[in-house]
Amino acid sequence: MNRRMVLNTLGHIAMAEAALLVLPLIVSLIYNEGCAAAFLITIGICLIVGVILNLTSRPGTKVIYAKESFAIVAYAWLMMAGFGALPFVISGEIPSYIDAFFETVSGFTTTGASILTDVEAMSKGLLFWRSFTHWIGGMGVLVFVMALIPNMSDRSIHIMRAEMPGPEVGKLLPKARDTAKILYLIYIVLTAVEIVMLLAGGMPFFDSVVHTFGTAGTGGFGIKADSIAGYSPYLQWVIAVFMLVFALNFNLFYLIIIGKIKSVLKSTELWCFVTIVAISIGVIAVNIHKMYDSIEEVLRFTTFQVSSIISTTGYATTDFDLWPGLSKAVLMLLMIVGGCAGSTAGGLKVSRVILLIKSVFREFKKLLHPRSVRIVKLEGKRVDEQVLTATASYFVIYILMIISIFILLSIEPFSIETNLSATLACFNNIGPGFGTVGPTLSYSEYSAFSKIILSIAMLLGRLEIFPLILGLNPLIWKKR
Amino acid sequence: MKIVIVGCGKVGEALISSLVKEGHEVVAVDKSEEKISEINNIYDVMAVHGIGTDCEILSQAGVDKADMFVAATGSDELNMLSCYIAKTLGAQNTIARIRDRAYNENNLGFLQHELGLSMSINPEKFSAFDIYNILKLPSAVHIETFSTRNFEIIELVLKEDSPLSGCKIMDLRKQQKAKFLICAVQRGEEVFIPDGNFELIGGDKIALTAAPTEILKLLRSMKVTRKQAKNVMILGGSRTAYYLSKMLLASGSSVTIIDKDPVRCHELEEALPGANIILGDGAQQELLNEEGLADMDAFVCLTNIDEENILLSYYASSKEVPKVITKVNRQEFVTLANKLGLDTIISPRRTITDVVVRYARALQNSVGSNVEKLYKIMDGNAEALKFNVQPDFKYINIPLKDIRFKNNILLAGILRNRKAIVPTGDDVIMPGDKVIVIGTGHILYDLADIIA
Repeated sequence: MNRRMVLNTLGHIAMAEAALLVLPLIVSLIYNEGCAAAFLITIGICLIVGVILNLTSRPGTKVIYAKESFAIVAYAWLMMAGFGALPFVISGEIPSYIDAFFETVSGFTTTGASILTDVEAMSKGLLFWRSFTHWIGGMGVLVFVMALIPNMSDRSIHIMRAEMPGPEVGKLLPKARDTAKILYLIYIVLTAVEIVMLLAGGMPFFDSVVHTFGTAGTGGFGIKADSIAGYSPYLQWVIAVFMLVFALNFNLFYLIIIGKIKSVLKSTELWCFVTIVAISIGVIAVNIHKMYDSIEEVLRFTTFQVSSIISTTGYATTDFDLWPGLSKAVLMLLMIVGGCAGSTAGGLKVSRVILLIKSVFREFKKLLHPRSVRIVKLEGKRVDEQVLTATASYFVIYILMIISIFILLSIEPFSIETNLSATLACFNNIGPGFGTVGPTLSYSEYSAFSKIILSIAMLLGRLEIFPLILGLNPLIWKKR
Repeated sequence: MKIVIVGCGKVGEALISSLVKEGHEVVAVDKSEEKISEINNIYDVMAVHGIGTDCEILSQAGVDKADMFVAATGSDELNMLSCYIAKTLGAQNTIARIRDRAYNENNLGFLQHELGLSMSINPEKFSAFDIYNILKLPSAVHIETFSTRNFEIIELVLKEDSPLSGCKIMDLRKQQKAKFLICAVQRGEEVFIPDGNFELIGGDKIALTAAPTEILKLLRSMKVTRKQAKNVMILGGSRTAYYLSKMLLASGSSVTIIDKDPVRCHELEEALPGANIILGDGAQQELLNEEGLADMDAFVCLTNIDEENILLSYYASSKEVPKVITKVNRQEFVTLANKLGLDTIISPRRTITDVVVRYARALQNSVGSNVEKLYKIMDGNAEALKFNVQPDFKYINIPLKDIRFKNNILLAGILRNRKAIVPTGDDVIMPGDKVIVIGTGHILYDLADIIA
């Protein structure tokens, strides 16, 4: 275990967080709010910790293996959330640290589950920071640090693999750092386009920025009590479309940039995603059409809710908790599926679902023709057996984790529907669920213990379980 | 630069490792999926799984925008074909590894021209040339000649009883009449660029720069052998052995080759008239003794097994053969071999990466900087570079003692009008000069990089 390299990288991350906190500081200064001091203090703490970690642990060798990358990713995310919660506590707007931690974890993991009962009472600086955490967490903290620091390590692919969601992480360019840069570039450009489109629809500047952060990271923190419902139909459509855009694999955007549109159109994952979205919209639209007046309204509400859930964002334009059982069941299924691999969305990921279904069909065939030889293909290429096994075991541990968290949560005096949807909504980084945690309500009813459990669930979901479990395992710190 | 490498075997991987260190954008292609995921984990490259002659795979690897394309698989034909395809798809420079004797001797020029190859690399031939250079001056462990032939870098290991041991470098120049410079010293695993106060001790490996005539004078005064090796025994009838024997025979030495494969022996007998080919297992000490190991001037171990090479070389040095040269493929074994007292190690892989890295830097020069030649010395731990001085260089006509160089950088020679100058503090750099710089721990692209 290269401890120095782990600590050193954590130092870089603390300093990066200090730099990121400057933005909300500026916002709070512009609006002349008291929380500016809270940001200043937090920046100071981050800088001190960062400098100390950097000075005390100069790595002898920059060689890291999978272990180190798991540890770096796990501790980096805990640290980011730990420090990120401080401004809420110091400013006194969320007095309990556990509440603030829940809120920040929910931000960084792009969940969007909130314990706030009155969002509109919060100061602008803190609201901005809350949404900004979505934007940072969406693409990944370490990918960001990687894009900034030259020569972090020759083997930084391990870190990228640990932080980026999806069954297989490939590079777009030969160098990991260039890949990180191009991903962030695509991210920034898409973000800018959405802000402009929202401004064009008459949304105030602050609201546009905050909502764009929420969409880009597929997070879902809003600044209004009724989420997006109060905005014009045009704005709702823009956000609905962008939620879907950010749930697509970012490699596709890169392929478009370099002019390989044909290979984009051939992408199996893209078409599966589109099909799932279309079918869900169809089913729900038929199911709820009597509840609203016009067809446009039915379509707008269904599209928005479907794209919000499958992209694991969690914005709402209507209280979908009031929808009939079938619609809610479809939404719950979408929670599990999630977006495409290599996007900012959470969930199981479409490509994993495809792989799982294909392996199941292969098993059927094998039972009928025990000697038949079959390979599983995805995107026209043969999928390695190792990846299939890994996907299957990921699915098993995913289910096990959800069951354990659901059982722990069931200690609370809420309905099964509430607890199950809360588990799924947190684990898959969506945000609102059904019942007591429905889109118009919040997680404030849960006890401190459950909030900690749910915070862990969100981190497990965002980092795809293994990095967090393995990284926090004290055994890997052992000296060899 | 963008570089695509096809074939991640021993040579391919060594190339990837050094080209990534140089800061290039490397794409690796290999047909083994396992190899590809291993490469992906260890090096910061993009690894593509597929065959190097598949257009689809090559364009996926981005050969159309590649500045350099290297085919280093085990098959000559595959290398040539994939270079040809890459060239057609738009790669700027293509390099193929071509090892087969038939291609190398009869129609290499034709092939290179027709396939549009920028260079063909033949590790065996390069290593043979290295060994031959050493055998010409057996007291050195490594020799580099800068193209103009009036300036050489030689590496020697100081014996415990060497007259130089215990001397300070500033005193040496007063003692010796020859003009020379000690430009690098390796002690243990560390490499130093020494200053005047550095004290040499027995066992150090030193690198000297001087004109060849001066080197002979110096060696005479140091009382080390400087006669060419006349009787050479080679163990293992590999391709390297063939090229080496050919050069040795041409220069009038007598060569004994031992190999245990009868087919190989017959081939060599046919190709090398005048060489003494022995069919037998070189691992049998009895056989070595019978063939007169003790009377040999040099013993060269070129079998395919590193361990065997190291052990038999050790045996030969214990029999007091004056010069023992060992081929070691795996870099990890080099230090081990050094510890056993084997100082002259030849590593074909390193030789080949040197050539390719040198070529890559030369390509970059055309883009702006001005390295003319690059040599790796001290087992690759230090570099000797030759720069052309451009008229706009800032430190022209300033005495060297007034220029502040970076740490671990030494200006080892100035070539002016075909004359070599071993510089002192009063010398100056003039436009049109070529200067030789020794450095360790830096990657230098431009002459300006050496100044602090």
